[in-house]
Amino acid sequence: MVINAVIQVTIFSMLVTVISVPLGRYMARVFGRERTWLDPALVPLETIIYRICGVHAGLEQDWIEYSISMLVFSAVGMVLLYGIERLQYYLPLNPQHFGAIAPDLAFNTAASFTTNTNWQAYSGESTMSYFTQMAGLAFHNFVSAATGIAVAIAVIRGFVRRGGQTLGNFWVDLTRATLWVLLPLSILLSLVLIWQGVPQNFSRYVHARTLEGPEQVIAQGPVASQESIKELGTNGGGFFNANSAHPYENPTPLTNLLELIAIFAIGAGLTHTFGHMAGDRRQGWALFAAMGVLFLMGTSWAIWAEQRGNPQFAAMGIDQRATVMQAGGNMEGKEVRNGIVGSALWAVVTTDTSCGAVNAMHDSFTPLGGLVPLLNMQIGEIIFGGVGSGLYGMLVMAVLTVFIAGLMVGRTPEYLGKKIEGREMKLAMLFVLIFPAVILLPVGAAVATKAGLAGISNPGPHGLSQILYAFTSAAANNGSAFAGLNADTPFYNVLLAFVMLFGRFLMKVPVLALAGSLVAKKAVPPSAGTFPTGGATFVVLLVGVIIIVAALTFFPADALGPIVEELVMHAGKLY
Amino acid sequence: MRSWTAIRMTLVLTILTGIAYPVALVGLAHLLFPRQAEGTLVWRNGHVIGSLLIGQNFASARYFHPRPSAAGATGYDAAGSGGSNLGPTNKRLIEAVRSRASALREHEPGIGHGAIPVDMVTASASGLDPEITPAAAEAQVPRVARARGLAESTVRSLVASYTRGRMLGLLGEPRVNVLELNLALDDLASNSSSKAFR
Repeated sequence: MVINAVIQVTIFSMLVTVISVPLGRYMARVFGRERTWLDPALVPLETIIYRICGVHAGLEQDWIEYSISMLVFSAVGMVLLYGIERLQYYLPLNPQHFGAIAPDLAFNTAASFTTNTNWQAYSGESTMSYFTQMAGLAFHNFVSAATGIAVAIAVIRGFVRRGGQTLGNFWVDLTRATLWVLLPLSILLSLVLIWQGVPQNFSRYVHARTLEGPEQVIAQGPVASQESIKELGTNGGGFFNANSAHPYENPTPLTNLLELIAIFAIGAGLTHTFGHMAGDRRQGWALFAAMGVLFLMGTSWAIWAEQRGNPQFAAMGIDQRATVMQAGGNMEGKEVRNGIVGSALWAVVTTDTSCGAVNAMHDSFTPLGGLVPLLNMQIGEIIFGGVGSGLYGMLVMAVLTVFIAGLMVGRTPEYLGKKIEGREMKLAMLFVLIFPAVILLPVGAAVATKAGLAGISNPGPHGLSQILYAFTSAAANNGSAFAGLNADTPFYNVLLAFVMLFGRFLMKVPVLALAGSLVAKKAVPPSAGTFPTGGATFVVLLVGVIIIVAALTFFPADALGPIVEELVMHAGKLY
Repeated sequence: MRSWTAIRMTLVLTILTGIAYPVALVGLAHLLFPRQAEGTLVWRNGHVIGSLLIGQNFASARYFHPRPSAAGATGYDAAGSGGSNLGPTNKRLIEAVRSRASALREHEPGIGHGAIPVDMVTASASGLDPEITPAAAEAQVPRVARARGLAESTVRSLVASYTRGRMLGLLGEPRVNVLELNLALDDLASNSSSKAFR
């Protein structure tokens, strides 16, 4: 069924490419405060918001002021969400009368949604009231995504502005990302999802008397409005426990395709926004191409691994071949309508970005199939990436690449005409090194303690994979999981909450400092010795650097988890 | 000053994106797509018997059976969705699949010693997968036909008419909605019996 895979992946890739170009141009206009066709409706609203909040839209901020605004805003939102979770019993729209969330879980969830991670140590349909889902969680889906976009735009300004100190105004970028980009797209996508069957109501859970007699209680809620922003904002927090595998979140092949496109759209568009703002669209296409290559590599690998199936099943006379009658492959933890291609493609897309929504259970993937999402997160989710965070992560890798290229030919490296010097390289390396530190140190702590080991549900090497996946997902602000891990314990709730906060804000601040350091530099005109960063050579080098950095950092840990498990699985060993 | 701006911005955006946006969509949804907005529920004789999108359990020989479910304590818990999350080298997974396979070999005349479609022995991701593959439906045809005293060809053509192909022939996978198919089976029975009385 190679043809089926090629067709579905090609359709998806073409649609993302086609959509990303106009979307990128549109976002460049939005953040350049140029005219757009939504202005007549949104400018009055924008003006009112600035007046209420006391924002002076004309005032720009330097990197320190921009960072502080971003941090204070995130802190306020996190406190508010914690409060809503603890008080939900007394708040409206709680037809199932859910009680207060326990303090450790409420803290974990508040950190999770503030950092755009959407790690979920709870089951939505049995824990959260409709009000908490909407005003608490979906609100963060919007603003954490808008914050990511704002920081990416500020970082782009650092690269492309010629002199000066300022990177823009955080409040303006935040507001415009919400009003001009996220809200209109979410409304459109929600309506299509509802048409396809995603519920949008405030009803009590339905008590159905099934055809054979027993009662089935069917959870309801305002699902569509949350589903659309969850994908567009690369948040990933499911309304229901099963996330986008739940037929109410993702009922048809059309919704699966549209949700996949929504996950990639803004991140892919931002590469073109970058090209536009840099005044050289090839710079944007070069990043897009590097991301595209890595995406296709991961996708082919994951589909191949899952389609091979489980060798133990084959020995029992179970048919895992792909035929016209069935998708075949490893169907444990997958849905029939998504099959192997739709599930493996989703696992790649959701971890190329910081989304973390799942339409299949990654814990039940084959070892090599589950390694792909893990690797995607370990290279830093820079393949289109989290909205905003993907682009600035890729820009840091680009800086690293021109530095390495500069070392090879013995010239001072430059990117977009800006000299990359000691201070920039220190900040870029800080960004690169904080990430593995906040993953591997806590993994070590978890496997060395009783509280950590107690969470494992799949023994053997898979148990290490579960813990490694959890901390990688938290640090990368992804939120997908090897979900068998019992993470709703004080140990994991608190430790993972701190890893999420470090993974988000300890990385955002150095990258803003990098932008602040670059923005003040005068541009040097390109000379014969300038390494062209808009061409194929640069793309190849960039992909190489990304893979080498991740491999050097994470190979030892991955070897003990998924890679060992693959070897023992084929030797027939069970745990 | 800065934190005061942050607090006001948080409140304004909460009202806009956390309340106005979902509430407006609830209104629009009920205006444009009222059936979908309320969860695509199926009514029979004045009460809800389930949702077309939500898998429910069928155990009797007269009905097509859904995929195994790990949702809730006993499966098909539509207020507690989820998969087994058993890893590929977990003994419990292999044991579960083995016991499902031997039960199918015993009770499913369409399978006997033949190959078993993989979706019949593996738990779905949501535990609420409303659909099975055409292969899994075909494997159940002989049992259902026998239990209902129908010709296999009758049941098979019913399955064929309720099989959905890929969207536009390209997207997703071919599938059969179990609840829809079983309702059609029941309708078939009541139509033919009413004919007999006439």
